[in-house]
Amino acid sequence: MSNNTTHTLQFVPGTEFKRRAAEVVANPFLRKSFRGAMDFLMMKRAAQFPDPELLERQRDLAEHIRRYSLSKLPQLLEQLEANLTRNGVTVHWAETPDEANAIILDICRRHDTKLMVKGKSMVSEEVELNHAMHAAGIDALESDMGEYIVQLADEKPSHIIMPAIHKTKQQIAELFAAKVPGVSYTEDVDALIQIGRDVLRKKFMEAEVGLSGVNFAVAETGTLCLVENEGNGRMCTTVPNVHIAITGIEKVVEKLEHVVPLYGLLTRSATGQAITTYFNVITGPRREGEKDGPKEMHLVLVDNGRTQAFADEQLRQTLQCIRCGACMNHCPVYTRIGGHAYGTTYPGPIGKIVSPHMMGLAATHVLPGASTLCGACGEVCPVKIPIPDLLIRLREEATHDAKPGHAPLVGQGAGKTAFASFAFKGFAFLYSRPALYRLFTWTATRFRFLTPAKQAGWTDTRTPLTPAAKSLRDLLAERQNRR
Amino acid sequence: MERDYSAVRRPDDVYFFATCLVDLFCPEAGMDAIQLLEREGIRVHFPEDQTCCGQPAYTSGYADEARAVAKVQLGLFPNDWPVIVPSGSCGGMIRHHYPKLFAGDAALKAKADALSERVFELTEFFVKVLKVNWKGSGATKKVALHTSCSARREMGTHLHARELLGQLGNVELLNHSHESECCGFGGTFAVRQPDISAAMAGDKADALKETGAEQFLSADGGCLMNIDGTLAKRRDSFRGQHLASFLWHNTERQGEKA
Amino acid sequence: MSARDNIFRKLRAASTTTLPAPDAAISAHYASLPRTAKDQLAQEFAEKITAWHAEVHAVPRGAWLDKLKEVLAAKGIATLLYAPATAHGQALEAAGIAGLKPYDRPIDEWKQELFENVDAAITGTRGAIAETGTMIVWPDATEPRLMSLVPPIHIALVDADAVVPTLYDAITQQKWTAGGNTLPTNALLVTGPSKTADIQQTLAYGAHGPKELVVLLLTGEAQ
Ligand code: SF4
Repeated sequence: MSNNTTHTLQFVPGTEFKRRAAEVVANPFLRKSFRGAMDFLMMKRAAQFPDPELLERQRDLAEHIRRYSLSKLPQLLEQLEANLTRNGVTVHWAETPDEANAIILDICRRHDTKLMVKGKSMVSEEVELNHAMHAAGIDALESDMGEYIVQLADEKPSHIIMPAIHKTKQQIAELFAAKVPGVSYTEDVDALIQIGRDVLRKKFMEAEVGLSGVNFAVAETGTLCLVENEGNGRMCTTVPNVHIAITGIEKVVEKLEHVVPLYGLLTRSATGQAITTYFNVITGPRREGEKDGPKEMHLVLVDNGRTQAFADEQLRQTLQCIRCGACMNHCPVYTRIGGHAYGTTYPGPIGKIVSPHMMGLAATHVLPGASTLCGACGEVCPVKIPIPDLLIRLREEATHDAKPGHAPLVGQGAGKTAFASFAFKGFAFLYSRPALYRLFTWTATRFRFLTPAKQAGWTDTRTPLTPAAKSLRDLLAERQNRR
Repeated sequence: MERDYSAVRRPDDVYFFATCLVDLFCPEAGMDAIQLLEREGIRVHFPEDQTCCGQPAYTSGYADEARAVAKVQLGLFPNDWPVIVPSGSCGGMIRHHYPKLFAGDAALKAKADALSERVFELTEFFVKVLKVNWKGSGATKKVALHTSCSARREMGTHLHARELLGQLGNVELLNHSHESECCGFGGTFAVRQPDISAAMAGDKADALKETGAEQFLSADGGCLMNIDGTLAKRRDSFRGQHLASFLWHNTERQGEKA
Repeated sequence: MSARDNIFRKLRAASTTTLPAPDAAISAHYASLPRTAKDQLAQEFAEKITAWHAEVHAVPRGAWLDKLKEVLAAKGIATLLYAPATAHGQALEAAGIAGLKPYDRPIDEWKQELFENVDAAITGTRGAIAETGTMIVWPDATEPRLMSLVPPIHIALVDADAVVPTLYDAITQQKWTAGGNTLPTNALLVTGPSKTADIQQTLAYGAHGPKELVVLLLTGEAQ
């Protein structure tokens, strides 16, 4: 059996999710490797939070900070823009992925560049920047090791923090030997990293433009904070003449002090590290007299559905996310199917609640339903997003028209099926009429021999659900009579 | 958040809310739970008109339908007695989600709030309110325990069940790997995503069996049917039992706790 | 309508009430944490950053040049990048360290040389953080950003008296943004050498930045 996920990168989660999930579930190699990786990450996180009460206090605080920031989002964005502008950073706004790509392409064209080096940015994945650059003849090269590997393999990240978590070192060894000129097969991780380092260092030197994401944008000072271990982010933001940062409009906080608790929880929740190697605090391009740093700096602020989530008080909580990935590390569904099966930039629980705003419910309505609502995600989320509640809410929006007075979500009601509405109408009809319900149980128990031996989806791996010979109320009635 | 039991007195009467799964698919478990309560000298009232907590519709996004069903249950418990539910996830539905479900209607909301305060999962009620003093009867048994996720996260059921089994003396509770992980039931999830659900149920069944226990226990009908049905399909001799039935058949009461 | 206008229009259309600011809660939180005694901070920092794979040498303030010479010899460092306009840069010059290379012109004029022909760089710091074993690096016109990034070995001078308990303490006590202070174009927290675990969760050092980090922790009476 192949130990590769063969999924290419077409974003059609609605139609393909089930098939892709089934494929991974049936692959014992992938199952074992995802399980191992997630166990490792869960253990590392747990080791960072030995005191559950302290963790609760930290989460309360982080939630407070994120909710506060969102509660004055328009003001903070204005303040951020003004301060960045004062610091010499050009601020751009994009409602859609196309607009974001056009802005970035335009900057690249003005600098007549053929090469852009990229630090890790999930928003750039979200807008499919690499694709747009490639179409325009610009090489957008990923430089985070995981992203580099995934790009070399012509794939997409399967995890927001560990993009190549679906690959083994043997696969990476084969990939490097096949794709990097002059490299022979080695499984030695240090040697593999050295290969990546050598290739990419040359590119950092050559590239005219560096692109990065942003972990936190500080309104009061006009500052962008980037969190990383490798140093490629610093390379991209420091070496090329032009630095373009791209991020979602929700990433802004008011003050640098507000970042501190968030940063502490981000790294501990994500990979179980107390801190990353680098915390890169950027407050503008090279100033007069400075000897390095980019000469020109841009920030692209992307909406892409975030304003839709923002419009509703409950759905707004989605935007509290600091993209730590803990929800996917702890998700029993993600552990079984990995990231690619989702077909969305953001996989796992956060993907299920944020993708409907980015891609519309028509393409994504299956995803909120693909959860047991076990609550593991909400339990670990450092900013306390009630993910299960949001999943239920999106299930409702996916299967109903918008409520009167509420603007419809994109793709509102796209998951409606006559069968499901009928079934739940039937459920409500039956279970809200006690006498009818009693008749039903009476019939179901008496005619239990009629229970179908095949029950869609259930009986492939389980024995059929068969009513008992006597219901509890029958048993109680009998007991009453005996007395 | 830790529930405060300080104001809850030992009652003479309780209501029993069986849940639709127990009523129809594992009625003995309901019967055994009732007998356990009665063994404590408590009168158990079974409102005839009870049906289902409404959870299947609620979690599927059919809030109106869930409300229609839940509204009937709201009217079933006129006296101020505790409502005992032998299933953590249904208990959690009433305790945590009814108030949200009725947020739009002040009168019903007040009712839902009041009900929420007196809903107890079965083991929670034994341990926290009755503070039962039981001991095991018969030979020593090795068991494994699975608690439903919503019961665990919304009701703390895993702790109560552990405490209860811990006091029996002749029951050895064996821990399984990935104990807090979901068994893959998730109501309609099992039917909507059968492959993922089956993978989760299979892993859970393996983990429980690998402990070397003689059987596994669960206080939640849905999980029980899911895991036990998986084992039955495999024709495995390792099987599950509802915690209430296990307790009824394997314990005796030792009078009041000091 | 521009994209900007549309975004703001949509955001403003949503009903929001500004919540209470979290500042007091943040400061109360950090005040509530157990404090490391002041005289233990440097020790804690040294232990933590050692665990992050840095090499730490505690040296009396007056003797760091000697220790540096040892480090240079032990590692076979032939070219050492330094910032000539800093106090430590001048001390280096005065001590006649061999292979000194000043960062004295814009990167654009010698990028390739920096990437390919420098063995190590030495920089100062603005102090350190005990809780996480983190150095505060504060580049400016005299001591540029790339010194702590491009050369394979980064040697950093950390004043033991400038170690604070947490990042929050660093920002507030050192007044990074208060009292009319502004942040430099690029402030940095550095916690160990560059690393990655992107291949099968296996830790490897020297991903893109320095492969080694050497900390000279300056102890004893301030001069
Ligand atoms: S939803 Fe929460 S747990 Fe998931 S990535 Fe976002 S912050 Fe992390």
